[in-house]
Amino acid sequence: MQRLSALIVSLLAAAGLHASEVRVAVAANFTAPMQQIAADFEKNSGHVAKLSFGATGKFYAQIVNGAPFELLLAADDTTPDKLEKEGHTVAGSRFTYAVGTLILWSSKPDFVDGKGEVLKSGKFNKLSIANPKTAPYGAAAVETLKKLNLLAAVQPKFVQGENISQTLQFVSTGNADLGFVAMSQVFKDGKLSSGSAWIIPGEFHEPIYQDAVILAKGKDSAAAAALLAYLKSDKARAVIKSFGYDLR
Amino acid sequence: MLTDSDLQAIWLTIRLAGITTLILFLIGTPIAWWLARTRSWWKGPLGAVVALPLVLPPSVLGFYLLLAMGPNGPVGQFTQSLGLGTLPFTFWGLVVASVFYSVPFMVQPLQNAFEAIGDRPLEVAATLRASPLDTFFSVVLPLARPGFITAGILTFAHTVGEFGVVLMIGGNIPGVTRVASVQIYDHVEAMEYGDAHRLSAVMLAFSFAVLLTMYMRRSNLRREA
Repeated sequence: MQRLSALIVSLLAAAGLHASEVRVAVAANFTAPMQQIAADFEKNSGHVAKLSFGATGKFYAQIVNGAPFELLLAADDTTPDKLEKEGHTVAGSRFTYAVGTLILWSSKPDFVDGKGEVLKSGKFNKLSIANPKTAPYGAAAVETLKKLNLLAAVQPKFVQGENISQTLQFVSTGNADLGFVAMSQVFKDGKLSSGSAWIIPGEFHEPIYQDAVILAKGKDSAAAAALLAYLKSDKARAVIKSFGYDLR
Repeated sequence: MLTDSDLQAIWLTIRLAGITTLILFLIGTPIAWWLARTRSWWKGPLGAVVALPLVLPPSVLGFYLLLAMGPNGPVGQFTQSLGLGTLPFTFWGLVVASVFYSVPFMVQPLQNAFEAIGDRPLEVAATLRASPLDTFFSVVLPLARPGFITAGILTFAHTVGEFGVVLMIGGNIPGVTRVASVQIYDHVEAMEYGDAHRLSAVMLAFSFAVLLTMYMRRSNLRREA
């Protein structure tokens, strides 16, 4: 019995040590920059950031149903807005942390030209896009194809990723020749890490504003507030830019 | 009540499960027969391989299949050399994956049924000069009929319930790889909870009906015996 209570006390103490921990739901496209930002943040602040990566629509369903996230870094601005209107967020905490850039990418060098002519040529087996119904990068891809008058022609070659990470994975494994992905996934330190790409000019689709917001569960969390503030710092903004995002 | 795309997903699911079950009858029967009759050392390893999908995470199967069937994988190289292209994102790719995924649900009930027959009926058939093939079709098959029905129902139902593997190699193409389970996942992600509820209710009713049929049949058989 004494041993048991000692165990309980030590477990509680261990839980207490993690009081400055913040649980963050992060849009899949922001995975790489967030890992870097969180590491810096942990070093500077002493707080611990626990990151979960996934599709924004799935996070919405989980948050509304009581998921223990304190901070959301969404892939769009509509989901945080919806959560705000439904009272699941801390009022006044929402801001645009990044503006996404869409890119047409192939894992093969010299496959994609600088103007996306490869789309018109039709010389590719599959075109991987994120589910346009749920993923903002998928919706922007469809919008771009409409603008190019190519939607009907390439639609039969669509394969859909559940989120932007899977969309990239279909291309990087070679199962799809081409894919519309987030620039941050294939860019590092300001240049393309591999393959070939066409950076979609901003006028082809509505801007992809990605908003962050503190969730109701994080309203008393010092760590959540600190991480949100850190996202606005020059150091974090430089990291975000280096992955190909714009800033507002 | 259900939208056209829901009905399309259900029809696709039924086709996938039906074709998978037919193929597994052809592949699973000889495997189960061998496992039931052999005294070979290989019985253990082969039995374990057949049971693997019961414990493997679907993501492992999906990952291997995606790489193996992709343009650089061994299966992908083979299908390309036949001029068939590659299998991921196609209906037949899902069939191949489902055959792997559901194999224990076919083989294990059949193996149990074959083992339950025992040596005696086969020996009697042999003394009556029946060839092994004749014995199989006129003695074993009728005696193992309940096993075949159970195996068929379980394989079909388990394939209908497949999700993880399809998500990994399907590419979510309407009418080709977007089966009912994926369609529900899509509805939930798009916050279309009404649609998700309706299709989920259909799946729940179907699964319950299948299991109910199985368990009622089982207790009937026991009563007859």
